[in-house]
Amino acid sequence: MRRIRNLMFLAMMSAVVLLSGCDTSLTVFEPAGPAARSIMELINWSLVWMLLVVVVVLTLFIVIIWKYRDRKDRAAEEPPEEHGSKLLEVIWTAIPVVIVILLAVPTVQTLYALEEVPEEYADKEPIVIHVTSADWKWIFSYPEYDIETVNYVNIPAGTPVDFRLTSASTMQSFWVPQLGGQKYTMGKMETQLYLVADRPGSYWGKNTNFNGRGYSEMEFEVLALSDEEFDEWVADVHRVAPTLTEEQYEEILLPSHLGRMTFTGTHLQWVDHADMHSPSYTNPELYYNHGYKGKTFEEADNYKNRREDHAHGDHEIGNSQHEETHSANERTQPQLGGEHDGH
Amino acid sequence: MGIRWDEILITGDPLILGSQIAIALSMIGVVALITYLKRWRWLWREWLTSVDHKRIGIMYIIAAVLMFFRGGIDGLMMKVQTSQPEMQFLDSQHYNEVFTTHGVIMILFMAMPMLIGLMNVIVPLQIGARDVAYPRLNALSFWLFFAGAMLFNISFVVGGSPDAGWTAYFPLAGKEFSPSIGNNFYAVSLQIAGIGTLMSGINFIVTILKMRAPGMTLMKMPMFTWTTFIASVIIVAAFPIFTVALGLMTFDRIFGSHFFTLSGGGLDMLWANLFWLWGHPEVYIVVLPAFGMFSEIFATFSRKSLYGYKSMVGSIVGIALLSMLVWVHHFYTMGAGPAVNSIFSITTMMIAVPTGVKMFNWLFTMRRGRIRFTNAMLWALAFIPCFLIGGVTGVMLGMGAADFQYHNTLFLVAHFHYTLIPGVVFAVFGALYYWWPKMFGVMLNEKIGRWHFWLFVIGFNATFMPMFFLGLDGAVRRSYTYSAETGFAPLFLVSAIGSLIMALGFAAFCYNIYWSFRYGKRDVPSDPWGARTLEWSTASPVQGYNFAKLPVVNKLDAFWHMKKEGKGLSLDAKEIDEIHMPTNSGIPIVMGGLFFVAGFLLVFEWLAAAGIATLAIFATMIYYSFKDDAGYHLSKQEVADKERSWRMKEEEVHTYVERG
Repeated sequence: MRRIRNLMFLAMMSAVVLLSGCDTSLTVFEPAGPAARSIMELINWSLVWMLLVVVVVLTLFIVIIWKYRDRKDRAAEEPPEEHGSKLLEVIWTAIPVVIVILLAVPTVQTLYALEEVPEEYADKEPIVIHVTSADWKWIFSYPEYDIETVNYVNIPAGTPVDFRLTSASTMQSFWVPQLGGQKYTMGKMETQLYLVADRPGSYWGKNTNFNGRGYSEMEFEVLALSDEEFDEWVADVHRVAPTLTEEQYEEILLPSHLGRMTFTGTHLQWVDHADMHSPSYTNPELYYNHGYKGKTFEEADNYKNRREDHAHGDHEIGNSQHEETHSANERTQPQLGGEHDGH
Repeated sequence: MGIRWDEILITGDPLILGSQIAIALSMIGVVALITYLKRWRWLWREWLTSVDHKRIGIMYIIAAVLMFFRGGIDGLMMKVQTSQPEMQFLDSQHYNEVFTTHGVIMILFMAMPMLIGLMNVIVPLQIGARDVAYPRLNALSFWLFFAGAMLFNISFVVGGSPDAGWTAYFPLAGKEFSPSIGNNFYAVSLQIAGIGTLMSGINFIVTILKMRAPGMTLMKMPMFTWTTFIASVIIVAAFPIFTVALGLMTFDRIFGSHFFTLSGGGLDMLWANLFWLWGHPEVYIVVLPAFGMFSEIFATFSRKSLYGYKSMVGSIVGIALLSMLVWVHHFYTMGAGPAVNSIFSITTMMIAVPTGVKMFNWLFTMRRGRIRFTNAMLWALAFIPCFLIGGVTGVMLGMGAADFQYHNTLFLVAHFHYTLIPGVVFAVFGALYYWWPKMFGVMLNEKIGRWHFWLFVIGFNATFMPMFFLGLDGAVRRSYTYSAETGFAPLFLVSAIGSLIMALGFAAFCYNIYWSFRYGKRDVPSDPWGARTLEWSTASPVQGYNFAKLPVVNKLDAFWHMKKEGKGLSLDAKEIDEIHMPTNSGIPIVMGGLFFVAGFLLVFEWLAAAGIATLAIFATMIYYSFKDDAGYHLSKQEVADKERSWRMKEEEVHTYVERG
């Protein structure tokens, strides 16, 4: 008796839990843009069907184990020999197939729709913002406005933004849950994501793909401004922000946590990390934490080699391996390292 | 070679120092205890060199329970760390190591050996065979798994633990971003264990195809044997991919090649694809045998044969095929485009169809049955609602577009724990309660078992249910901390408390094991549950040769019909013949040791020494292949004595007939 009541309780709990997904204050259910909204609608559609499945199976489950439990008065009863039923097999194959179709159609539609500028904003020209993730910060470049920001991005509300995603280091994932779904950023290639904020506001964004010890803090803010505020901000930046230099940019790429930064000029003038032939910006020695150090390898396409090339003119770039790269790197670039140990 | 001796042991962390001391003390303790009890010779002869599938299976299970403990401690540490915002229990690096080892250990060194252990014990018995097809290869499989597991487990005190997640995504796991040798441990130890698993897969395929009892056609095999067979096929299909991927990873990390690196034209997406091409089938490798166990338990404790046997077989074959066609759903967010994502969304959701078929067939197995709520059955029953939640959230995650909001959040973490814990851990617990008397000849305590069951199931739900909501609220996986403003704190705390309850459940199980050996009822009959399959038609615990006379099968649930018709239960002394048995061998454990040494040296990148140890492995193989060993024969008298002793017990359905 008690057991059955427990099971009923469990069933009810599951139903409540699944239902409550539809109207709580959970981030994913508070969309502020068309992409996030269309995904939420898809999620709600799936919740309805999944709830139906849960209710049917749990009801069957409870009825069966209640009705056919072993009782004293049934001790002598011998259950019948049965081997199945073709009709039932067809039914419980066909119904899930139908549900899968009902879910697959809007899934495919949404998948295609998310790759385009959202319909309701299709008449507006999107602005392009390049997103470069590095350990452990987000770098945003506005080629049209000649601005670069770190760990925050201001966008005009109601204008589609064409985010071009790439990474200067590990594989990371760009996610602003209230505006839309996420997409990976990967070095030497580019992914693309259209997001629009319906109204001005602050939306929180995050890296979701684990990338080492600074991962947890790798967050940024998307600030959607009215068109006037946005223009004002652009003008302000050009008035007060410093110009980004190549050295400064290389320093930003070192593994570290940074606060917010604003520059005029973008790093795209020196390097486009999305280009598969772009130099690598890796600093293995700065990632060493504890434990036994293995050998690291000097890479021919590393940005340091390029700089060495500038400095020594005819220095030959080879794929030479250094067992003790640690000391080799100390020799070639004493200015790096220092405080940027990621803590 | 420039070995830096002072850096080999990890120093400077009180938790790790404590573990180092605990490991040293417990090793000294074990050695001292065995010496005191004068059990070394026994241990070596009866267990370490054994080629008996039942003993190998039991060694697998013991190792898996120990690994469950280790992986569970890792899980608890994570739960403590996230129980409050800005908690200072573990730092980021330590947390990263802990979730990495938790994942690897639970999947590869807990779930896999637990299931392979149960397969080892049960499958040859279920098909009426005297052993697996290659008994010594089987021992080698175990020792390779054990060498890999030990190599992986020492990493956190010697050399440094892997810290790039159980998925070891590149470029993070490469030398550019993880210069210490932690991830070498991952590459090398999983390689060693993987070779062992591959051998197990081959062994079971051959065993099941070639060694079934006379009359047992494929469609008369018990469901657990079927699922083992299909899982073995998936092992043989999927593990070579992992072998290659790990090989390339080793080249990248130790020799500076550029398969997956950021520099030099490497392709990090290639690792993700190769990993999940193995990784997704791997999920079904662990979950299918578990489905088989549930099938046996449902049938036995409902006193009915499995409903829809044919469609059950069809659905596992279907799941196996689909399992190879869904790997991209682990990274819809990689930007492969809507066409690719659409195809993989559909294949992923299609898995729900055969899984649903299984679900309904289990329910209808119980319908019109007489359901006994034994502990084994309770685990199977709890599996249904819990796995249902795991299943429906799986469909939700499978919908590519929706996944963009779930991916890498705790929603995903909750989902896969809702599939793997009910799907594998509940199955294993149920199976242990069910088959314990067959393995050891003693019963587990049903009352302690209730504590184990309720604590674990309640704790499990309390731990993982909140994670669905945390995930939808934007909490990401693998994050060592969160700020108070996020508002995640209450649900994280519930989850942490749940994990402690679950740990208490596991403690109750450990106590139950102790109880069964200390106080458990001895001399249990060969068939204590009124079961249906052939493993119950021989002694408990099973004698070395399994069956004095190979059973003849003409129906599904062969043993059930033998009992009903009263046929095949008695053994006539005249039917007894000499039995050919394989001899024990020390070579598998020696090879396991050599693999461990070679692996250890490779991890530390001491290549010349690793090369020498590898040569020693080959030397052992050559020596082994020239060794002529025809096994030995058990005399008629020995078999007769053994059979008489168990068949003459009270309450025994089997009989022994001696005339003239």
